[in-house]
Amino acid sequence: MEENKLTTGKVSGIIANLVIVEVNGPVSQNEICFINLAGVRLMAEVIKVLGNKAYTQVFESTRGLKVGEPVEFMGHMLEVTLGPGILSKNFDGLQNDLDTMVGTFLKRGEYTAAIDVDKAWDFTPVAKAGDVVVAGDWLGEVKENWIGHKIMVPFKFEGKYTVKSVKPAGTYKASETIAVVTNADGSEINISMIQKWPVKVPIRAYTDKPRPYRLMETGVRIIDTMNPIVEGGTGFIPGPFGSGKTVLQHALSKQAEADLIIVAACGERANEVVEIFTEFPELDDPRTGRKLMERTTIIANTSNMPVAAREASVYTAMTIGEYYRSMGLKVLLLADSTSRWAQALREMSNRMEELPGPDAFPMDLPAIISSFYARAGYVFLNNGSTGSITFIGTVSPAGGNLKEPVTESTKKAARCFFALSQQRADSKRYPAVDPIDSYSKYLEYPELQEYLAANIAPDWLANVLEAKNILLRGKEAYEQINILGDDGVPIDYHLRYWKSEVIDFVILQQDAFDKIDCSAPIVRQKEMLEKVLGVCRADFDFDNFEDVNPWFKRVINVFKQMNYSLYQSEDYKKYETELVEVINERKVA
Amino acid sequence: METQGFKKIYTKITQITKATCSLQASGIGYEEMATVNGRLAQVVKLQGDNVTLQIFSGTEGIPTNAEVVFLGRPPVLKVSDELAGRFFNAYGEPIDGGPEVEGEVREIGGPSVNPVRRKQPSELIATGIAGIDLNNTLVTGQKIPFFADPDQPYNQVMAMVALRAKADKIILGGMGLTNDDYLYYKNVFDNAGALDRIISFVNTTENPPVERLLVPDMALTAAEYFAFDKKETVLVLLTDMTLYADALSIVSNRMDQIPSKDSMPGSLYSDLAKIYEKAVQFPEGGSITIIAVTTLSSGDITHAIPDNTGYITEGQLFLRRDSDIGKVIVDPFRSLSRLKQLVIGKQTRKDHPQVMNAAVRLYADAANAKTKLENGFDLTDYDVRTMSFAREYSNDLLAIDVNIDTTAMLDTAWDLFGKHFTKAEVGIKQEFVDSYWPE
Repeated sequence: MEENKLTTGKVSGIIANLVIVEVNGPVSQNEICFINLAGVRLMAEVIKVLGNKAYTQVFESTRGLKVGEPVEFMGHMLEVTLGPGILSKNFDGLQNDLDTMVGTFLKRGEYTAAIDVDKAWDFTPVAKAGDVVVAGDWLGEVKENWIGHKIMVPFKFEGKYTVKSVKPAGTYKASETIAVVTNADGSEINISMIQKWPVKVPIRAYTDKPRPYRLMETGVRIIDTMNPIVEGGTGFIPGPFGSGKTVLQHALSKQAEADLIIVAACGERANEVVEIFTEFPELDDPRTGRKLMERTTIIANTSNMPVAAREASVYTAMTIGEYYRSMGLKVLLLADSTSRWAQALREMSNRMEELPGPDAFPMDLPAIISSFYARAGYVFLNNGSTGSITFIGTVSPAGGNLKEPVTESTKKAARCFFALSQQRADSKRYPAVDPIDSYSKYLEYPELQEYLAANIAPDWLANVLEAKNILLRGKEAYEQINILGDDGVPIDYHLRYWKSEVIDFVILQQDAFDKIDCSAPIVRQKEMLEKVLGVCRADFDFDNFEDVNPWFKRVINVFKQMNYSLYQSEDYKKYETELVEVINERKVA
Repeated sequence: METQGFKKIYTKITQITKATCSLQASGIGYEEMATVNGRLAQVVKLQGDNVTLQIFSGTEGIPTNAEVVFLGRPPVLKVSDELAGRFFNAYGEPIDGGPEVEGEVREIGGPSVNPVRRKQPSELIATGIAGIDLNNTLVTGQKIPFFADPDQPYNQVMAMVALRAKADKIILGGMGLTNDDYLYYKNVFDNAGALDRIISFVNTTENPPVERLLVPDMALTAAEYFAFDKKETVLVLLTDMTLYADALSIVSNRMDQIPSKDSMPGSLYSDLAKIYEKAVQFPEGGSITIIAVTTLSSGDITHAIPDNTGYITEGQLFLRRDSDIGKVIVDPFRSLSRLKQLVIGKQTRKDHPQVMNAAVRLYADAANAKTKLENGFDLTDYDVRTMSFAREYSNDLLAIDVNIDTTAMLDTAWDLFGKHFTKAEVGIKQEFVDSYWPE
């Protein structure tokens, strides 16, 4: 991509945001160019080249653009700026800082700096003169909020370099040189705190990407207990509108055990982003005692912002995630929703008159989705420390039908499947994650199984599988009861059904709006699962099916009161005692 | 129709389809407006010197030597306080016999609000209809459609909501309105003496369908003027968005685009979002609230139009005829306002959330009792009481002809609770029962 002279061109055709440019020199696929529109520069990306014609998608409205307008090519792909000061920012899909933009309405052609290069940071060196370094190695550190933000050898550096000098501890501007390195030829290169990287290329500054194995706690029982996600894992949440996708994603962003959270609001409602802007600066992060906003970065490309930038937004978010992962941090990346990203791809593919795949989506949609999910993961860095990106995307299936191309392609790429069910949402069983259809492939990983056995309990996995089985048997019993009638089945069927209901109400359902119930630490989840299984394994004495329902409702009620009480508090212990009493009324010794 | 002096006139059309024509011209801007033998058209494709124009009223009778004049600007609306009380067509031209509006020329379909410059919606909109105010409270800056079958009286309900909402301006965007419905709106607004705060942009079934595509942008450009420049509360009514989407599919079909689900264009989500996301609460005080109508075909909400709409809007309202009382009600089960949590119990009386939930729960019990009755099972005393509660609840609160304030709605609900149930059956927090239980 290094060119001596930058290519220029002239607009020769316009169809909505697809602009065809006649070029006078070399261009590369995905190269960025600026199109002149009466003095305003519109950013665009090359998406196809035919002879001397470059097809570009413009990240802005093309209204008023004329044929013959000059175009400048930049010689590089779409890049983000990486450096201290990214955290807590609100960016658009192209990493423009939304807060520094002038005016209430977005103006096209207004691009703002992602990072304040003049801001001063307290720098502490990590590397010393004489060290041999490669891309991604740590040279020093600054404090960004509460995170030790590493200043690294730029990812674009190829091969080995020798550190000539590193600035001593002190306060420096982001744009100042903080280290000088020499390459094999002995030429000196200055390094500042800021570097750039093309978003569509994965950052590979790590030595190894093993299978992930550490549980990532989210405080959501139906995830942690039943379908766990791991540090560096991938998952997705498909669900029809009104099934609680956004509430679940917000819960994850508030509670997950991650060092930092990147939220890509991709083609969704602006008011939902406003909710994060408004609430996160007020909410406490229980892990650090600071405000939630201090560990959160938002990439907001809402549904009314330009479509092409919507596609860029998920890549921008992932690249920022990879940057922080290279510092040895645990990153959680949430994208809401990846369907809107796929729709953006469909719109362009359609304008380029490509032959369509299923539902008019581009044929390479599955490949695009899986290579994006592949950028997540748990890695060993050059210096032996570890970092991770856990990625969870939501999918908005058309008509709530999970057999559509985006859901099916994502199912092949993501390892956890949290299917939101309309039926559960209608009966107010939240989070409406379907307990039978959902899965976590990680439960089959021996690495995670060992971790769970060592860190939670040796019989944890067996308990989880038993609970899943009880849910399945309960569902079967329920179907039988519905067909044959309450008195047409043995009492045992009622017991089987109600035992599965106990798991449903106590473990699966969780009140995201309750201060205590919203987040359950894993010790608490372990205790509850064991108590619930205690009920499921016991034999109970009933003569009449009519007595089964009211008694189990009492059991469920006491369990729920426990969920609403502070762990190990007076109230909690009171309900614990009450539970034993209720159970003993019917338990067969 | 405007033609300005010194404009070049082209007279050589090279291609004509049902909706578009092409010609050779240079120096033309994308989305620029033009006239073709006096008919308004817009540039939809530029390829070298070849310009493709979409003629809004269709190409019937357009000759290859038609006079084409480019206007050098995208579609615009002149905005000023003179807009108030006026009726316009899809191009923003008066259709009420009044004079042209003078004012600042604004491009329609302008840029979006920077999300960080929005404020979280927080002001309640009172409509007097308990099915809305009590169960699905609306908030300024919200966007919400009625999902309705074509035979339901959604236009009447919208007119009623518009008149009762304490909005500074009401802007009606009518797309494919029948002439009768158009006259109905006109009469209702006239009779209510509210004409001075109403602005209408109307495309009736007598006008060509493609013209409809301009209506929402016209209405919302006027809305932005009053909400942002004048800091007023603006309510925008869009009826019927299904007919708008149909017009989109006609155009994309004629442009040879590949259709996606239900023959709708692949960009349907973005096209609808661009309209609905204009709903906004500005920190400086003004707001735009959008209430729309999406007609369904036999109640199917999985069709691409209601489905995409549901993903964009903040809830939906369902109308249903309740045969027990012979009135149309706002269905408490399927309707949802996603933003109600921001206001209920905060700007309304504290017991609002609990009363709302208790009433809907008891109404659901009545529905179960009714099923039991239909299946030939015996009813308990409780079942009988829930059913008589449901009838009165439906008649006194859910019916769309109810017009009371929220406090009166809550009092009515408490009266019904006291009449039919014990305190334990209603299950509301003790402090509220102490204050409001009717003795």
